[in-house]
Amino acid sequence: MSLYSLQKLIYELNRDPRVQRAFTEDLDGLLANYRLTPEEEAAIRTDDVGELYIMGVNGQILMHFAAWRGFEWDEYIQAMKDGLKKHGQVKGGLYAAVDGGEGGAV
Amino acid sequence: MSLVFAGVASHAPGITARAERADPQLRDAFYAAYRRMAQAIRGSGAEALVLVGAEHFANFFMDNMPAYCIGMGEEYEGPIEDPDWLKIPRGTWPGNPDLSRRIITEVMQTVDVAYAEEWKFDHGMMVPIHFLDPGGDLDIVPVNINCQGPPLTPLHRVWEFGRALRRACDAAPEKIAIVGTGGISHWPATPNSGKINEAWDRDFLDKWTRGDRDALTAYSDAETLRDAGQGGFEIRTFLAVSGATEGASADIWFYEPIPIFAVGCTIGVVNLDSEAAKQAAE
Ligand SMILES: [Fe+2]
Repeated sequence: MSLYSLQKLIYELNRDPRVQRAFTEDLDGLLANYRLTPEEEAAIRTDDVGELYIMGVNGQILMHFAAWRGFEWDEYIQAMKDGLKKHGQVKGGLYAAVDGGEGGAV
Repeated sequence: MSLVFAGVASHAPGITARAERADPQLRDAFYAAYRRMAQAIRGSGAEALVLVGAEHFANFFMDNMPAYCIGMGEEYEGPIEDPDWLKIPRGTWPGNPDLSRRIITEVMQTVDVAYAEEWKFDHGMMVPIHFLDPGGDLDIVPVNINCQGPPLTPLHRVWEFGRALRRACDAAPEKIAIVGTGGISHWPATPNSGKINEAWDRDFLDKWTRGDRDALTAYSDAETLRDAGQGGFEIRTFLAVSGATEGASADIWFYEPIPIFAVGCTIGVVNLDSEAAKQAAE
């Protein structure tokens, strides 16, 4: 349920300006609406795109979230590569890294 | 017969977002093929565009995920992404609730499709619209096939969905274009973004141009994931167009891997004349 809740937060954040406003103005209040583990909550609070990726957040909504948080394209790709080195393979979902996360177009 | 145009086109966000980072020759040739498709749609007299996409958790999420959904809104806004990131300005595009309702009603004769009066377009719709209908001249009927959150609809059902869409288009007096938009092999939104299995793509496109139902519906999702990445699940949008134009051949107007766009960039167009010729021969 928790990875689902984490993704639901990002899904709602991506599509709803009101949730975006709550994220910047009252993050504690916003996070109280989702059943996140302490690790998930910390990753959100610190814009840890690499760890969110490894937790199994759907790549498409994570890409959108990273852009909204101000990551340049290369920083975003690098954050996932770093996450992979630090935490190992993606734990769920469809967006697992292949080829050890090497390659791609950066 | 009111289907006047059918084709497929790529929608990866890098196509617009990272335009300046691509090999200019490849990029410009791809853009030219996209514009040629826009011209062909205009030349067909199409009044409406049925855009069969695979969106990315912009409207449909795992709290209530339809296998198939057709838009029935008066208008649609997009992009949902930051316009400065996607490099497509935000705007609204006209829908046609009456046409949508008729299409949905007919599709429901054979496929249990969901409908939505609200729909925010993500890059999956916005990139094709940016090239094919930048002025908002066509009524858009957005169609989504879930390619994002498994369980996914099986390919043989996608084919039937395409057939149902065709029946619905043929019953409408309006002139309609249908465009499927998806990636072939790609690993978007991963550290491997830019990886493309060109051999797999070319083999798939060969089957697609022949409208080979048996070959196109034979892929298992496990094989697709292994050989074409999770982005490969979007072949469903290509199959829907094949189902809608059963018996027709198609041409590839453009295919080249453009890694910074994260996909083998594709423009394919169905020969609707070949379908008529085959029907006449039978
Ligand atoms: Fe896509």
